Amino acid sequence: MSERAFHQDPEPEPPAEEDEEATDDAREVTTGAEAAIIALEEAGVDMAFGVQGGAIMPVYDALYDSDIEHITMAHEQGAAHAADAYGIVSGDPGVAMATSGPGATNLVTGIADASMDSDPMIALTGQVATDFVGNDAFQEVDTVGITQPITKQNYFAGDPDTLGADVSEAFALADAGRQGPTLVDLPKDASKAETDVQPISPATPDTYHPPEKADEAVIEAAAEALQDADQPAILSGGGVVKGEASDELRAFARKYEIPVITTMPGLGTFPETDDLSLGMAGMHGTGAANLAITNCDVLLGVGTRFDDRLTGGVDSFAPDAEVIHIEIDPAEINKNIYADYPLLGDAERVLEQLDDELTDAPDAETWREQCQTWKDEYPLDYETPEDEPLKPQYVVERFAELADDDAIVTTGVGQHQMWACQFWTYTEPRTWVSSNGLGTMGYGVPSAIGAKLGAPDREVVTFDGDGSFLMTMQELSVAVREDLDITYVILNNEAIGMVRQWQDGFYEGRRMASEYPWIPEFDLLAESFGARGFRLEEHDEVDDVIKKAREYDGPAVIDAIIDPGENVYPMVPSGGDNGLFALSEEQLDNL
Amino acid sequence: MSSGELPGPAPDERMRPEGRRNTQGIRIDPEAEATHQPRHAVLSALVKHEPGVLAEVSGLFSRRQFNIESLTVGPTTDKNVARMTIVIEEPEPGVEQAKKQLRKLIPTIAVEELKPEAMRRELALVKVRAEKPDDVQSVAEMYNGQAVDASPNAVTVEITGSKQKIDAAVEAFEQFDVEEVVRTGAAALERGAETMDANGYASEE
Ligand SMILES: Cc1ncc(C[n+]2csc(CCOP(=O)(O)OP(=O)(O)O)c2C)c(N)n1
Ligand SMILES: [Mg+2]
Repeated sequence: MSERAFHQDPEPEPPAEEDEEATDDAREVTTGAEAAIIALEEAGVDMAFGVQGGAIMPVYDALYDSDIEHITMAHEQGAAHAADAYGIVSGDPGVAMATSGPGATNLVTGIADASMDSDPMIALTGQVATDFVGNDAFQEVDTVGITQPITKQNYFAGDPDTLGADVSEAFALADAGRQGPTLVDLPKDASKAETDVQPISPATPDTYHPPEKADEAVIEAAAEALQDADQPAILSGGGVVKGEASDELRAFARKYEIPVITTMPGLGTFPETDDLSLGMAGMHGTGAANLAITNCDVLLGVGTRFDDRLTGGVDSFAPDAEVIHIEIDPAEINKNIYADYPLLGDAERVLEQLDDELTDAPDAETWREQCQTWKDEYPLDYETPEDEPLKPQYVVERFAELADDDAIVTTGVGQHQMWACQFWTYTEPRTWVSSNGLGTMGYGVPSAIGAKLGAPDREVVTFDGDGSFLMTMQELSVAVREDLDITYVILNNEAIGMVRQWQDGFYEGRRMASEYPWIPEFDLLAESFGARGFRLEEHDEVDDVIKKAREYDGPAVIDAIIDPGENVYPMVPSGGDNGLFALSEEQLDNL
Repeated sequence: MSSGELPGPAPDERMRPEGRRNTQGIRIDPEAEATHQPRHAVLSALVKHEPGVLAEVSGLFSRRQFNIESLTVGPTTDKNVARMTIVIEEPEPGVEQAKKQLRKLIPTIAVEELKPEAMRRELALVKVRAEKPDDVQSVAEMYNGQAVDASPNAVTVEITGSKQKIDAAVEAFEQFDVEEVVRTGAAALERGAETMDANGYASEE
């Protein structure tokens, strides 16, 4: 460990005086841009993440008089990820802003990420004036066209009189039903134009009717199937987080004594400390979860889209199970896995309905014992921690031990992300903030910023990869400027390790473009940003460095130099059979 | 360099289920794999009449790889509502997914699959070399077609009807030199007094 020389503690700034009571008299809309900002205020927005630029300047000008706090990010991708993470931890749509052209295209990765994970988010983009649209004007791109497949709905707000209503509706839609990102494209002339139309309070359009309560006949049939099951299992997904159904799910599982598996976005919905918890299933899931999901006879999936990283090959996914699928989005029913009992509605409500209908718990004592045996047989393990060099799993495990119980974990994408899944113990919803569906390297640094600002009283830890960190590390400047107490841990294997692992496993060890011949010293880099940097190389120093980094009041970066040969297991190869997960590279070869 | 083996029984020593699912995620009898044959489905959709909706719908069908045969769109008696007729060819689960994905679009008001006996019409304009105008005329008459343009060198015939009828007509015209063909794709409505609104097709009471 070394604390490099040139760090200086910044002068602590006195906390700004805030008068919570002060409420503006309702501001009168005078321009389209003001309508947009007042619409956000009406929706209860108090923070936005973005980057300024020509076409969005009128909207930023309207922010000047607003109580909405704006966090200037280093890159629009950072703004989108921060807004996304803000949405995950708070449950309310995060707001991302960008100018036209490159500003908008830089948002795209973050919007797609939010779309894949059903995260509530609204993006406001500037656009060239309507007279120029279609002429390939300076900084013009077809933002609505580009973002159409990755938004729940998007809007070209060319009319100043309806611009505010578009923003209100976009906000309401991002938040309603199955959450997701929306976007409003604001041509500069419309935001500058005069209007006195006051925005309405957020409401979804009349064509939008998410289901609330499941069909009683299907509830009855599903309850009967569950009651008669010998080998029941619950699969708890991200919809349980988004639907605030975690308490209901816990009570349900415990009352009927049904083992619980989570998906990756579902981490934290059921406490991993509970006897009934089997952990996460899927490509790098636990042995117990993957065996239970493969051998169960009734699978109750709640708020999950049965993504391929979870199911492996569908031919071998829960092949003996009748599937009860609780889902708010009808299009997810039978999309990947056929639902014998489709239960459309709000997860919490439908679980209540099912609970009301059930009279007895399934008789599953033997099955529970079997699940426990699997838990004992397949612990997540790694080589003796005392071994040199440092093991990433040990770093995650120790941090989990030392951190607050409700600490929020954010990650990049790669091996480190999987170790963060496996070796942290998740007990609460909204503590796992990661790029589950899109797998976006670079999510880690900016998501921590959004998470910290969305949940200022919670500890925020990021496990990042050296490769992922290099993609968005410029956002560290924002964490320093905003004086955010975040601990970044780079599990540094000097490689894009997940790719290296696949090359070793599936491409005969031909390591094309997966190892870094040279990378920066991240602790020094952190210091130059004004953050505190630590270098961690020794097993014995792990606790000490984590403690120091946690104690530091502001962003700290631990550059943890880990065993570059470490791989993530268990592993189900892409499209493989969950029940045949490999415990080593050799087993993988023999599958 | 790779790490050692995690504890626990190896893959071939584990409990194994007996069943299997097909590629659509449906449990099947491993002995007798049932596959769904593609079929034609005519979807009728009421959508908000606003810019971008056509792009949204066609984008949806292409990115989700639904096999689309034709798509037509036009106004209705309500100026805020447009009606689309989409003919797809998909196995049953694909038809179901297409309907759901279409319903999920925010500007979509209602989506229905029309019955096989629904009225279906398309229109074609066929431009043929007019060396023997009388022969062209008599083929056109066979298909209730109408010459809509005639010049010294070419005749253009308009034909409306089912897809099959138009296929047959175009084929028949091939005995002359067919210079150009344009077809609209199907417009379709349910037979009888039924009409479609935001709740779909109201069945007759
Ligand atoms: C934006 C982006 N580009 C490429 C990839 C493909 N990819 C997946 S994991 C990975 C390696 C990540 O390296 P690092 O962040 O160092 O994590 P590690 O696997 O070494 O822990 C790559 C390149 C991706 N997921 N995201
Ligand atoms: Mg790495």
